[in-house]
Amino acid sequence: MLRVIVRRLLQMVVTLVALSVLVFVWLRNLPGGQVSAMLDERATPERRALLEKALGYDQPVWKQYFNWIKLVLSGNFGNSRVGGQGLVLDEIGRGFPATMELSSAALIFAIGLGIPLGYMAARYKGRLLDNTTILGTLVGVAVPVFFLGYVLKVIFAENLHWFPASGRASTGLDATHVTNFFVLDGLITREFDASADAIHHLILPAITLGTIPLAVIVRITRASVLDVLNEDYVRTAEAKGLRARTIRGRHILRNAMLPVTTTIGLQIGLLLAGAVLTETVFNWGGIGSLLKDSITVRDYPTLQALLIMAAGVYVVVNLMVDLSYAVIDPRVRVR
Amino acid sequence: MTRLAEYKKERLDKLAAASADTGGVSLWGDALRRLSRNPVAIIGAVIIGLFILLAIFAPLLTGHDPYARQLIEVRANSGEIPGPQPGFPLGVDQEGRDFLARLIIASRQTLLVGVFATLIGLAIGTVIGSLAGAFGGWVDTLAMRFVDIMLAIPSLLLAISLVAMVQHPNQWTIIIAVAIVQTPIFARLLRGTMLAQRESDHVLAARALGVRRHSIVLRHMLPNAMSPVIVQATLALATSILDAAALSFLGLGDPNPDRAEWGLMLAQAQRFLDASKILAIWPAVAIILVALGFTLLGESMREAIDPKNRR
Repeated sequence: MLRVIVRRLLQMVVTLVALSVLVFVWLRNLPGGQVSAMLDERATPERRALLEKALGYDQPVWKQYFNWIKLVLSGNFGNSRVGGQGLVLDEIGRGFPATMELSSAALIFAIGLGIPLGYMAARYKGRLLDNTTILGTLVGVAVPVFFLGYVLKVIFAENLHWFPASGRASTGLDATHVTNFFVLDGLITREFDASADAIHHLILPAITLGTIPLAVIVRITRASVLDVLNEDYVRTAEAKGLRARTIRGRHILRNAMLPVTTTIGLQIGLLLAGAVLTETVFNWGGIGSLLKDSITVRDYPTLQALLIMAAGVYVVVNLMVDLSYAVIDPRVRVR
Repeated sequence: MTRLAEYKKERLDKLAAASADTGGVSLWGDALRRLSRNPVAIIGAVIIGLFILLAIFAPLLTGHDPYARQLIEVRANSGEIPGPQPGFPLGVDQEGRDFLARLIIASRQTLLVGVFATLIGLAIGTVIGSLAGAFGGWVDTLAMRFVDIMLAIPSLLLAISLVAMVQHPNQWTIIIAVAIVQTPIFARLLRGTMLAQRESDHVLAARALGVRRHSIVLRHMLPNAMSPVIVQATLALATSILDAAALSFLGLGDPNPDRAEWGLMLAQAQRFLDASKILAIWPAVAIILVALGFTLLGESMREAIDPKNRR
């Protein structure tokens, strides 16, 4: 087990180092170069010279790379042009809870609905439920995320008025924010109406963002349950006369969860990309909105920081998935 | 399906499989046969076929010039975009151009973006993957590390950052960005199948016969390793069209207002949703249908070549 962890960690370090080289190359190829990317247009020549010296443009490339790494590790991505003149890191800090909240809600929606649905589809393979589910997942993947968002918004917010059309909280609601996770804040401060309001705002965006992961999770659950159903040990368990519920829980679901876990991990990385589109549609004000804005004004420091962060999250999530394998499947520990 | 019909089907399948074993029907022949019996595959193929026909004959089908302003008053910003009327079945767009004509002509651009992005990604991925799979060792390690790193960035974000590097993005920027994003998937997939081929008996036989190495790779391993890659390419056509649409939506698309492309039209229509909803709906329906077509066909192909489904 320990060996698995150490090996994975080493692999992660290698990946991150290579990734940083990639981002470094990307940065140097930006229009106007790295210095213009880190400063805004109004920067004085003195500041420009200062930064050029700090980055060591007269030094060899590998040294410049290490200097840049030092800047990145200290969290200094320069100033953000998007939200006033704040530091990039502050902007990200502000948006992060919003995106995390949205992504978690989307994931809860996708997993909570996806695994039971996939399991039922596998159990009733070839029947109406199975066929409609499969068709639904195929259509779900084919719908552009932002279009789905607009459709939900027009139908359920603008016409039926069931849900709010945009934002994270109703205006005029006096809520205290401790963590900036609005649902959590309401629970901590015991302002339960604020929590309910935040959840009310979350529903449409979460469905929008969660639809593709939902479709993928349903399909992988169905496929892997079908695989497991034909395994010898399931037949053995049945022959032994174990209760159906035990077989379902211990033998089928537990073994079928392995590929599902991997897929969920992969989906978490993709959620970040989907969040860009969803947050734009629902005016969410998280990382995704920040990314969209930084694209519009070509705010490279913000873009760069977001890119590094997204890749970092992805790599860490993948590591966690690998490790959870070891927990779910004892066979992995031996290897 | 009734029990009897199921029994018959199983018997026929067994028969077919038996003949395949002795008659030497190739994997592809067998897969094609199963594909042609699968209604899902046929629906997918028909949808794609119709869209390809639409793209080929687009100039003949458009009543008006899709790029010319018509003599209809449009005030898009104050919410006046005339809907369907005689001569214009779907009305005009925010610039006063025949919407149906633009919708039809856009099939060309959209399919072009999808096909080129996929082909370029496929080509690069095939080279990387077959090199890694054929040679193994440090070539494999190096290539796969590189691929893993590219896979470590969510694909849409990678595409966004690639497009953001270019000062004046156009259609080709999007195609290249989406192609690069697809590359690691193809490389990884092909490498896996090539590795499996390397261990197979027929490659061993070829090596024992003294067949030259590049000939083993190109003529014995690659053709046998391609089928999952072709399946993936079919599915990738759907994702590249969707990714390109997402890039357009984020404002990274071709700024040329004349360009008729569904993703771009959908993105532009978002600004005029209050004035006209059909400007957004029809391009979206087209994108969904074409993506669905490729997905249906790709998924059934995946099922068809899966040895688990061979009976």
